[in-house]
Amino acid sequence: MKFTWSWLNDHLDTDADMATILDALPMLGLEVEDVVDKSESLKPFTIAKITAASKHPNADSLQVCTVDTGDGTIEVVCGAPNARAGLVGVFAPVGAYVPGIDLTLTEAEIRGVTSNGMMCSEREMMLSDEHDGIIELDDDAPLGAGFAAYAGLDDPMIEIAITPNRADCLGVRGIARDLAAAGLGTLKPLKDVSVPSEGESPIKWKIDLDDANQHLAPLVAGRCFSGVANGASPKWMQQRLEAVGQRPISALVDITNYIMLDLGRPLHAYDADKINGGELIIRLAKDGEEFTALNEKTYTLDATMLTIGDADGADDLAGIMGGERTGVSDETTTMFLEIAVFDPINVATTGRKLNLNSDARYRFERGLDVTSPDGAMDYVSAMVLEICGGKASEIHRVGQGADWERDIAFRPSRTAELTAVEIDPAEQAKTLEILGFTITQNSADDWTVAPPPWRGDIVGAADLVEEITRIHGFDAIPEVPLPRLAVVSAPAVDAAQKRPHTIRRLLASRGMMEAVTFSFLDAKTAKRFGGGDASLTLVNAISADLDTMRPTIMPNLLAALMRNTARGESDAAVFEVGPIFPGDGAEDQRTSATGLRHGMTADREWTGTARLVDWADARGDAMAVLAALGVNTASLQTVAEAPEWYHPGQSGALCQGRNVLAHFGAIHPAVLAEFDLKGPAAGFEIILENVNLPKNKGPARPLAELSPYQQVSRDFAFMLKRDVTAEKLLRAIKGAGKPLVSDAVVFDVYQGKGIADDEKSVAVGVTLSPTKATLTEDEIEKTSQAIIDAVAKHCGGTLRG
Amino acid sequence: MLPDLDQLKATYLSQIAEADGLDGLDAIRVDALGKKGNISTAMKNLGQLDGDARREAGQALNALKNEIASAIEAKKDDLARIALDARLAAEQVDVTLSPRPEAEGRIHPLSRTLEEVTAIFAEMGFTVAEGPDIESDFYNFTALNIPPEHPARQEHDTFYLPPDEDGKRKVLRTHTSPVQIRTMEKIEPPIRIIAPGRTYRSDHDATHSPMFHQCEGLVIGKDIHMGHLKGCLIDFCRAFFGVDDLPVRFRPSYFPFTEPSAEVDIGCSREGGGLKIGAGDDWLEILGSGMVNPKVLENCGIDPNEYQGFAFGMGLERIAMLKYGIPDLRPFYDSDLRWMRHYGFMPFDPPSIHLGLGA
Repeated sequence: MKFTWSWLNDHLDTDADMATILDALPMLGLEVEDVVDKSESLKPFTIAKITAASKHPNADSLQVCTVDTGDGTIEVVCGAPNARAGLVGVFAPVGAYVPGIDLTLTEAEIRGVTSNGMMCSEREMMLSDEHDGIIELDDDAPLGAGFAAYAGLDDPMIEIAITPNRADCLGVRGIARDLAAAGLGTLKPLKDVSVPSEGESPIKWKIDLDDANQHLAPLVAGRCFSGVANGASPKWMQQRLEAVGQRPISALVDITNYIMLDLGRPLHAYDADKINGGELIIRLAKDGEEFTALNEKTYTLDATMLTIGDADGADDLAGIMGGERTGVSDETTTMFLEIAVFDPINVATTGRKLNLNSDARYRFERGLDVTSPDGAMDYVSAMVLEICGGKASEIHRVGQGADWERDIAFRPSRTAELTAVEIDPAEQAKTLEILGFTITQNSADDWTVAPPPWRGDIVGAADLVEEITRIHGFDAIPEVPLPRLAVVSAPAVDAAQKRPHTIRRLLASRGMMEAVTFSFLDAKTAKRFGGGDASLTLVNAISADLDTMRPTIMPNLLAALMRNTARGESDAAVFEVGPIFPGDGAEDQRTSATGLRHGMTADREWTGTARLVDWADARGDAMAVLAALGVNTASLQTVAEAPEWYHPGQSGALCQGRNVLAHFGAIHPAVLAEFDLKGPAAGFEIILENVNLPKNKGPARPLAELSPYQQVSRDFAFMLKRDVTAEKLLRAIKGAGKPLVSDAVVFDVYQGKGIADDEKSVAVGVTLSPTKATLTEDEIEKTSQAIIDAVAKHCGGTLRG
Repeated sequence: MLPDLDQLKATYLSQIAEADGLDGLDAIRVDALGKKGNISTAMKNLGQLDGDARREAGQALNALKNEIASAIEAKKDDLARIALDARLAAEQVDVTLSPRPEAEGRIHPLSRTLEEVTAIFAEMGFTVAEGPDIESDFYNFTALNIPPEHPARQEHDTFYLPPDEDGKRKVLRTHTSPVQIRTMEKIEPPIRIIAPGRTYRSDHDATHSPMFHQCEGLVIGKDIHMGHLKGCLIDFCRAFFGVDDLPVRFRPSYFPFTEPSAEVDIGCSREGGGLKIGAGDDWLEILGSGMVNPKVLENCGIDPNEYQGFAFGMGLERIAMLKYGIPDLRPFYDSDLRWMRHYGFMPFDPPSIHLGLGA
């Protein structure tokens, strides 16, 4: 909402200066977004007259002008084609900053002639793009006077952001009323005018709506003005409109725009001579009916949209925009003025469906003063008659009016209950009354408050508390610390909520960078990674790249690596803990911890530590995460099954029975190619909801059993078929060696030369940990034999000779 | 006949001194003290002497034996030291070479910020609540007193999912406020929760991302008033930014789900081109807040005549950018390793009340 300082002063009688008002506005909830004071930037520019002009001795395109600045005569070199003796224009002296050329003028010698300033174009003063020549003012413009004041540009423009509840502040008067309530002056009464009316309006309203839709147009008023002259509007009006960014068009159009900004009251002016049949019919559109609006665009309507039209069809979308066919033009001599109230929801729905925004719609959908067809008619009429002449008809008014009056039960003590600010009930009453509320005091703490018709947003006691406290000032609200619930605060997160934090720290400490990537990606990639269901594709995505909810985080991490590779960083390890969307239900969302390593484990350096990443890195990451979540990783089973984006021979799942806790493996080479990644990559995915929380056994640990007897290591090498897994082998060894075997690890795997093609040699280190007595050779021998027998039985393996 | 002990001593000490290796030294030891060595032999021959002479000679021989033995030991230590020195000299390396590489992981500034926020609110008795990213229209709007066609809806730039069989279309939540509703439906007051999470709006430019993060807060009780709102949020802002005298300003505003509503600004100065959080001549808007609208309480089955409270919401990216001087929004989601190395956090120094919040 833009207005000017003088405009505000039309409604507010105040001694406060502009700085005070600018400080007060945000504290009333009216956020100041911009202030443009051209009187400051235009200060050095004055009115001057060229008294003589002669060709520059050394340049064909320049002239040397003698300029009367009102304060003396000086010489100025000027290149404008219209510079000539007798021209009155705008002069900038030496020392002036000229914004359009971003230059502070100095006494300059131009091709041998000294120039003591410049004559300016509109563009040079940043008033417009006009630069065909220097400004030409009226011959009687006062020489030496400031240009800004002369041109009416010295009225500062103020722009404020209006929250959706404050439709009343979409007019200057509403803003003035708030300031008056805050004690910054008094609201001037609207000019009391009574307009003589002559004869019935030749144009009549007809509301053609069934009973169920009567609420769409509760009140319409109109008046016909004959013999009007629709020339240019007065200069003061044009200056104000221009100052707030509205282009002056013609007197009648300018009046409607002016009143909209002045009172927040949109109007529409019809050319009565273009209305066929003497009736303006308010009705729902016919499906498929077309209408060309004032913005010269044609809209196809449907049967939910409220229109106004005549015998020739609809030519106005109620509350949104008038039509081209019946609008006023320079030739208009008979004007029919519409001041109406329409259903805000219908206006909003229609505007949204047609994607048609207008200043009128903006005000209608936020809720107008529903009595304004009566209240504003004469005020507007007087302005029309004053500016355009002519005669006004009687008012034609149809409708019962909107049902707006309501009583709100209010206790002034409620203000302190809700805000902790003690405000004297007399002050509370005064505030509400200045804002237009009517109060009936049933008893000291039992009031009935009736809001004014322009405050549709006020529906309950809390709203009244806000009005009172806002005007009193939020600074008066005391700072009260929240009462402590406990001396020692409890944790904010539960065991499940803590897990993402734990995983982030674990993976970062394992050298991985935490990424945060978008929850959506393109549909094709989503399908490639097991998702892409239509129910998870956005209807109104900002781009096709981001239109489908992600089924897994993996493609986002692959894309992240691709971007880094393009920047020359191909070796990376990244992870993300975040949501994935297997379905669109509230219960479907899952939290995934996903990690991905690419290329070398480290940069090349002299120790030669760096190597290519592989599936085992990913398995290690996954197992570390599971261990951190309290999973007994020793009891996990590994199956060689993983989604299709993994290398089929180098990937697997970590399971507890049928429950898959993690997938891990090398990324499929075809997927790497799709993401332009060279070199191997390996990743893992864990869905946290699939990992059961460990049973809460309290903080105490089971007693540590630390045997006093020395543990013994024995190494074995077995010949096995290649398809016997390490997990199977170790399980057989551990099972056979119970309870002595405390650990068994594979420390070498050999297949190749010297061994049959379908066989491998696996070396296992076994640790025997006695708990009751020092091991004897006999016991060691017996256990070793049991291990060898079990490997033979369960794995078909033989001890390597 | 005893050898001349003085001469023997002189000979051996001189040989020991000149020995240049452990082998030579051992040969000297054998020659002197070995079973058939000169001194051993002389001692064996003591029996040929009588009385005092035997005693005197025995003492002298013992003294000589000890002297030579300790001279050999001393020489041995010398030689070992020299050998070690030589080995150490040979083992010298260039210690300016790099150590073995260790990949450096970092925590994302958003996770860090969320932990800081959580730590502060935990101290004030809040717990964390959660809700889904894909929300129903009811939770995202209607229950929050934003009916269809309300102008406030237009300002949300909502992402929609396709309508289901009943014609109801889901949305990507435009704010974390639906968690207020879900929480009030689930638990009885008193309530003190924060609800951090992802939020979505169809806006994409230098200062807007289609996905961003918010943290909601909700406090409901029988006597929670706007003074508590003010106290709580001032305490939060000062702790989070680590500025004890940080000016915090509450400005009237509008949210359909709170009444009265307030925007919260913190003080800052822009002197010298840089932004500094603290007392200054300017203000930065950082969060929205207000007393929960009675209609919202009613929508959740809470009697507004018995309970009241406040709610607030803040953008996590925004407060992270302000606190840590991160100039641009878009790199938050770009996973640029250089950015993560620069703005990310060590995993070993989590924020906490007792060890500090990194301010």
